[in-house]
Amino acid sequence: MSELLSLRDAVAGLVHQGDTVALEGFTHLIPFAAGHEVIRQGIGELTLIRMTPDLLYDQMIGCGLAKRLVFSWGGNPGVGSLHRLRDAVERGWPRPIELEEHSHAAMANAYAAGAANMPAAFFRGYLGSDLATVNPNIRFVDCPFTGERLAAVPAHRPDVAIVHAQQADRAGNVLLEGIVGVQKEAVLAAKRSLVTVEEIVDALPRTSPNAVVLPAWTVTAIAVVPGGAKPSYAHGYYARDNAFYLAWDAISRDREAFQAWIAANVTGVSAEARP
Amino acid sequence: MSHSAVEMMTVSAARALADDDVCFVGIGLPSAACNLARLTHAPRLRLVYESGTIETRPDVLPLSIGDGELCETALATVSVPEMFQYWLQGGRITIGFLGGAQVDRFGNLNSTVIGDYAKPTVRLPGGGGAPEIAACCRRTFIVMRHSRRAFVDRLTFVTTLGHGPTGRERRALGLTTEGPALLVSDLCIMRPHPETKELQVTSLHPGVTRERVIEQTGWPVTFAATVDETPAPTARELDVLRDLHARTAVAHGVDAAE
Repeated sequence: MSELLSLRDAVAGLVHQGDTVALEGFTHLIPFAAGHEVIRQGIGELTLIRMTPDLLYDQMIGCGLAKRLVFSWGGNPGVGSLHRLRDAVERGWPRPIELEEHSHAAMANAYAAGAANMPAAFFRGYLGSDLATVNPNIRFVDCPFTGERLAAVPAHRPDVAIVHAQQADRAGNVLLEGIVGVQKEAVLAAKRSLVTVEEIVDALPRTSPNAVVLPAWTVTAIAVVPGGAKPSYAHGYYARDNAFYLAWDAISRDREAFQAWIAANVTGVSAEARP
Repeated sequence: MSHSAVEMMTVSAARALADDDVCFVGIGLPSAACNLARLTHAPRLRLVYESGTIETRPDVLPLSIGDGELCETALATVSVPEMFQYWLQGGRITIGFLGGAQVDRFGNLNSTVIGDYAKPTVRLPGGGGAPEIAACCRRTFIVMRHSRRAFVDRLTFVTTLGHGPTGRERRALGLTTEGPALLVSDLCIMRPHPETKELQVTSLHPGVTRERVIEQTGWPVTFAATVDETPAPTARELDVLRDLHARTAVAHGVDAAE
């Protein structure tokens, strides 16, 4: 059953040096606060999985926590490059990073396969793409029924999945709504899971019987972190801070400006003091 | 009414969309073009974003593929695995919009690296949804700004298959979809030659010469037997597009983009 913990205790208990970690959220509900707590605790040598690394992984990579990145699109949406990711790949700063690069379809299928307890995902993909020549985890199989050539990638089975959600109830069940991305699949595919939530409510609202609900027995720990997805957004709570996404371009271009930002906004701030 | 080259590009792309299309929309210029089409000649155009939003009708352009605006104005929002499995791979999408850092004469795209993959000069964001969009949509449209750096003779990395390195690979790989059917740049419109699949200039935007296109294209570009002049944007097209950008700038708290 999910355990209610402080963010600090939840991260310390669930995330270990060298783990394979998936912090998910497709533009929406990105678990920034939890990622920042991983930075504060200096938990390194991580394999980071995420479809769209976004600003959060740019920050974790810039802090030298990632030895490997498994991803499909590494940009600042609508703005441009992730400069910390580029610095790590192009110049090895602050450390070199290994890449396992996929397409979105492959990543989404790999999470779904992990949730389904399958060893691999099979789909129509990668035909004619050089990605298959640089990523040995992209292979092809012939359909045993039709002979069609299908792409195969290993299922994602992270040690820990971390996601942010709108609400949990007192029993520890979690509700996500809006753009739900791959969070349900990431949590069900992972050995352990941490869900940060905007608030705890007495009972989850019965808005629709088809809402994405993670039962308490599928979640390891819950931490209440209002605003925990900022500067991304939480549908029904606050909007995406698009101005910050634009501002990140200048902050992240320069190593010193980046380090000063991390010191002022992450390592110099306690988990509890975060707004 | 005078217009910019980028406005001409957006308007040209919008005009290529029909009222009964189902369009897989990328961020940036494709999103502007698709919404312009929806707000002008194609009110029933169905827009699908890879974040899972189906039949979305945003009032302002999203900055990211998953802005709240897309979900709030959508008919339905599905998970990302469902989007790629049932909707894209399921063959429900008629048009996929693609761009990239580089394109070659057969509409193959590079959005991964400039230089060697292991030691790149420039690490680009990557393919995202493009490899499967290119394979699964009935046809794709490419939108890119014209320059010698972008329109190259040889791609060092093929992220997304167009018509293949020689223009003949799609069928050999078992793909039954059409591939790139249109390329719109800020200078011209190109379409694949019916036999060779090489992209040829079929229309020049107002004021653009053949020499300019030749100069800005990294391969020996060819022209169709008849080359039209793209009709300039109408006052209505420009009004709607500029209003959309102005609303978007206010919503994002930034100066108006082009």
